[in-house]
Amino acid sequence: MENEIIIRAGRSESGYWRDIWRYRELFGFLAWRDIIVRYKQTVAGSAWALLRPLLTTLVFTVLFGRMGKFPSDGVPYPVLVLAGMLPWQFFSNAISASTHSLVNNNSLISKVYFPRLLIPASTFGVALVDFAITLVILAGMMAWYQVMPTWRLLCLPIFTLLAVAAALGPGLLISALMVEYRDFKHIVPFLVQFGTYVSPVGFSTSAVPEQWRLLYACNPVVGVIEGFRWCIYGGLTANTQTTSSLPMEGFLISCGIVIFLLILGLWYFRRTEKTFADLI
Amino acid sequence: MASDTVIHVEHLAKRYLIQHQSAGVKKGTGKMLSERVQASAKGLLGGFFGRNKDIETGKSTTEEFWALKDVSFDVKRGEVLGIVGRNGAGKSTLLKLLSRITDPTRGEIRIKGRVASLLEVGTGFHPELTGRENVFLNGAILGMSREQIRSKFDEIVAFAEIEKFLDTPVKYYSSGMYVRLAFAVAAHLEPDILIVDEVLAVGDMAFQKKCLASMEATTKQGRTVLLVSHNMPTVLSLCTRAVLLSGGVVAAEGAPASVLETYQSAYRAGSLSSDSSKDCRLLRTWIGEDPATSQSGVPMSTAFEIQFEYEVQNARGRNFVPYIQVDTDGGQCVFHVNSEDVSDAGDGRWRASCTVPAWLLNAGGHHVTIVVVGFSSNSYDICLHEPTALSFTVMEDTPHPGRYAYAGHVPGAIWPRLDWKVSKLD
Repeated sequence: MENEIIIRAGRSESGYWRDIWRYRELFGFLAWRDIIVRYKQTVAGSAWALLRPLLTTLVFTVLFGRMGKFPSDGVPYPVLVLAGMLPWQFFSNAISASTHSLVNNNSLISKVYFPRLLIPASTFGVALVDFAITLVILAGMMAWYQVMPTWRLLCLPIFTLLAVAAALGPGLLISALMVEYRDFKHIVPFLVQFGTYVSPVGFSTSAVPEQWRLLYACNPVVGVIEGFRWCIYGGLTANTQTTSSLPMEGFLISCGIVIFLLILGLWYFRRTEKTFADLI
Repeated sequence: MASDTVIHVEHLAKRYLIQHQSAGVKKGTGKMLSERVQASAKGLLGGFFGRNKDIETGKSTTEEFWALKDVSFDVKRGEVLGIVGRNGAGKSTLLKLLSRITDPTRGEIRIKGRVASLLEVGTGFHPELTGRENVFLNGAILGMSREQIRSKFDEIVAFAEIEKFLDTPVKYYSSGMYVRLAFAVAAHLEPDILIVDEVLAVGDMAFQKKCLASMEATTKQGRTVLLVSHNMPTVLSLCTRAVLLSGGVVAAEGAPASVLETYQSAYRAGSLSSDSSKDCRLLRTWIGEDPATSQSGVPMSTAFEIQFEYEVQNARGRNFVPYIQVDTDGGQCVFHVNSEDVSDAGDGRWRASCTVPAWLLNAGGHHVTIVVVGFSSNSYDICLHEPTALSFTVMEDTPHPGRYAYAGHVPGAIWPRLDWKVSKLD
């Protein structure tokens, strides 16, 4: 028996998640499209994906490590910065790309049906490719400075998922808001730039006074970044204060906020999704 | 819902809220948050002080527009339903609702089976990607699986005739190549229900023929098709049933010929017409000798008349001259002619008849535009201009004396039989 679709005012919900599964190939194609198009007609091509994290690491190492004399968690300062850059870069790229995703794909939205959730979600593909490239740079840098990872490295996929979840919530929320309020075109670049300095990217959370760390963890990215640092090099310096630079409670606060934002993003996106074609 | 009904539409309505420019808001540009904040601040203050209540509220800035008011119909398996109506009748909205792009305000649609909708050719084509890459992307967007696309890939490329440019980014394609590739992907979809919006009105004529043939093949395979078209011959030749939309409601439903008749007569009576000039009004149009039996198909071998009646008022000494223009389905103008023996044609009712000789037009659909121009001694006014006032299909006689064993397409807007002298030398 063929399935029957019922379209009714305010009730085309049923089967939404099944549709997402049915359209999983389209999700792959959209991500693939963004990845190939990204470096078309550029001279340096994918070298850009190498240059950006390297140059930022250099600047932050000089700025915070040399000039600011921030604590280095007992690892070479560039390793500390790059370990923070890894999730931060993913987070900021994913959010910036998803902000514009719905508006840039307006021709699709007004002409074809598929679960709209796939559009902002598929922009994460490009961010994940850059993430993988940065990971390779980090591996090279750790070999250079002879920093050995431990068994904790096995947790990296879990923290990667956490990073995806952390970016997905705000990404969905902002992309949906952008359909109606184009203000976010101006707000998001500012927030991302601001976040680069407010989040522990160029320094470790151990630079934050201890009594403020729980409050600091209300920035969900703090938990993600410190989680990455913990599993990338934390084991080596277990005798120092590193592992407790963000206490467990702080990490849980960050996770709680990630989940809250994810639910908020999904809820708002699903609620406004049906009007995208009329508004865009 | 009966077992052979695949689409069931019941009391469907769609309301759009139109926001006026005065609020600084236009569809498609999005809103600036500050406007909202200001509006709500004013509303709040107004409410607080108990006055100015209505000034900044929705009433003054938004207007309701019902694109569809109450539409109900059923489509049975294997039917080819044509949806006709003037611009703004709600056709596009209906297709958007059926393709799930936007949600209805009221009512219900039930659809059985896999749907593919083609509201545009080449949706999602990315200019930077190559032809090959775009086939996969576009196929996925239209709901094909990677496997399906891979198995049809060669057919698609052959259909589009772009083998040589497969690995060139489509931004370097000519518009014809682009459209051919886009349609080729669409033509290889295999849905249970196909929803098509005017996409046949693209490309050159030879390619359009190919598309029509492919559509016909689709319908022969028992697929259900919903087709929105302005092209009357297409509706007549492809559709098994038609629905006429007017002002957001179903104005007529039934056999294509009778629905088109209703459409055209309502059009002539002015009830569907939006912009008829007061000085000249078209009364009726027909093909052939008798207005009661207007023909929609004419054989190539026979001369026929294009006739119409119009009423002139308020002539003010002008001489009213009737014109007709005949275009092919592909939008190519075949001729644009006027009567030459009119003088002193002022107020009153007039009948114009123009005879098209046998063996002139090539086979295919044609549209007639009727124009009446009022000439004074040193100026003129176009007092009537009705595009697609009439449509007819020229049918090739079999056997055509010029064919021999060749059965393919003969190019050209006209296919006249000219005088030839072929003699053997020595």
